[in-house]
Amino acid sequence: MEIILAGIRQALSLLVSFDPEVMAITWLSLKVSGTATLISLFIGIGIGTAVALTSFPGRQIVVSLINTGMALPPVVVGLFVTVFLWRNGPFGYLEILYTPTAIIIAQAIIATPIVMGITLAAMQQLPRKLRLQILALGATRFQMVLLLIKEAKLSLMAAVMAGFGGVISEVGASIMVGGNIKGYTRVLTTATVMETSKGNFDLAMALGLILLLFAFAINLVLTKIQQRERPR
Amino acid sequence: MNNTPILQGRDLQVRRGGRLILDVSSLDIAAGEVLSVIGPNGAGKTTLLQALAGLLRLERGEISFAGEKVGTDIAPLVYRRQLAMVFQEALLFDATVYANVAAGLRLRGTAAGETKKIVAARLEQFGIGHLHDRSAKTLSGGEAQRTSLARAFAVKPQILFLDEPFAALDPPTREALIDDLGRILRESGTTAVMATHDQGEALRLSDRIAVMQDGRIAQLGTPMAVMNHPANESVAAFVGVETILAGRVVKYERGTVTVAVAVPGGRGEMPAAPGTEPPAGGGPRYDAAAIFPGIDGREATASPAAAVLEAAGEVREGEQVLCCIRPEHVTITPGLHPSRTSARNAFPGVIDRIIPAGPFYKLHVRGGLPLTAYITVQSLEELGLREGGAVTASFKATAVHLLRRG
Repeated sequence: MEIILAGIRQALSLLVSFDPEVMAITWLSLKVSGTATLISLFIGIGIGTAVALTSFPGRQIVVSLINTGMALPPVVVGLFVTVFLWRNGPFGYLEILYTPTAIIIAQAIIATPIVMGITLAAMQQLPRKLRLQILALGATRFQMVLLLIKEAKLSLMAAVMAGFGGVISEVGASIMVGGNIKGYTRVLTTATVMETSKGNFDLAMALGLILLLFAFAINLVLTKIQQRERPR
Repeated sequence: MNNTPILQGRDLQVRRGGRLILDVSSLDIAAGEVLSVIGPNGAGKTTLLQALAGLLRLERGEISFAGEKVGTDIAPLVYRRQLAMVFQEALLFDATVYANVAAGLRLRGTAAGETKKIVAARLEQFGIGHLHDRSAKTLSGGEAQRTSLARAFAVKPQILFLDEPFAALDPPTREALIDDLGRILRESGTTAVMATHDQGEALRLSDRIAVMQDGRIAQLGTPMAVMNHPANESVAAFVGVETILAGRVVKYERGTVTVAVAVPGGRGEMPAAPGTEPPAGGGPRYDAAAIFPGIDGREATASPAAAVLEAAGEVREGEQVLCCIRPEHVTITPGLHPSRTSARNAFPGVIDRIIPAGPFYKLHVRGGLPLTAYITVQSLEELGLREGGAVTASFKATAVHLLRRG
């Protein structure tokens, strides 16, 4: 019990004193996961909307693949990204393995199907006649898509949160493609794993608390979204 | 009014799942006209509206706006910007009432100042000026539909499409909105095409009514023509003709027609009350088998007797016809005194059922002729009518609409 209390005390002091190492790791985590989420938003919302609004042969299979992708195991993503970026791999010449860019790529691959799946569901939940209503209001096809995305904004915010929540808390892929290099590719999750294994529970707890804070903030927003009612 | 119809549809066909769900060869709508499209569920009303509005992919056919072919002479977007559509659901955006009403104007790039002026005017016109800043999701059904209508009128549409706009509203809200919409349509002279399954709405708002059946327009005409002279049996049944009797013309003389009709149940159920007289229009009663030697077994079995009635129309002697009688054209008097009425057709009978129908009661009378009549609540009480009571049902010869049978 003592060890836990001491750890929490130490963690809080690291946080309130803005410990440079903790801040650097937090900032890198936000940067990497934020960028990955942003990339996943462009791809996920784009493809999710396109699949939701069109019908084509094999659509059912595509939808199934997207849904499967939402549960993509991070270690599998880490493995494949590592293989692709490995010195002798197809993209080895880029020399980005064990860099923040590699983590961004891996995390974007994890987040994109999540964003895509939620976007798809959100778009399909909009009343079918809303599309016709928007067109009848004199919208171009592009204006219609923008208005539909705007209309699904609450669900899409959920997609952002779920995507960001998924990648900020994953550890497998980040450690595999980032290498957990101090001051370079060390993020909140990889640092927590390492500090725990070293017995530095205070630092690990400080990092863990920050992760919890993110999780709490994300859930707060999601709950708010879920409790909002749709207009008639 | 310009002679060129503002909207023309030619050979409109829409297929879904291999089935032809819309097949309209020709439809012209004049500028300023209000056309109602009525018909049962699945008849193709919504499909016709969406096809005319250019919102559906047509298998074939063309739409012309003010004489210009959509897709050839004018771009679909340009055409769509001449119209507006209101659906059964208000389909409002998750925004304020103001933003909703301004939506169409914003899509057209109307300047902010101009938009503000137009939106304010439309909100006032529909009596929702006080809802200006309210979130659309907090509106009642009636307020939401008013907002949707204000949004449609904000773009000053040349043609307004209304797809069952009142169907989801409670009766008082619906009544008020129908009145307001009727007034605004008249004042603005907007051309409107409205789909509805409610004849009352169609009668109140329309210049013409189109009756849809199985994707086709079965009849197109003025409300009175459609209601009183339905084109076929199905249209008759849909527009509220409650009594449809098969018969044969036994006499024709200068527009006056004597028809012998099969009476299900027939003579055996005639009430044997004192004062019973033969029907005024008819003279002797006929034996069904003698009058209808050619009719099928079902009718013959169901019609051990026949009655005669007088109608007005242009038919030939010996022709097989259907006699359509609207319930509002049937008068009910208590007692069995057919000779006391001036109507050409008077049939004694008994009240089989009394069914409440809003402000009226619907009376099913059997005996001399199976007839349905409407009677006000007050009349029902004053006349002391009850189920099983003896009455005389009468109607004018001109109240009978004759349909030729194939």
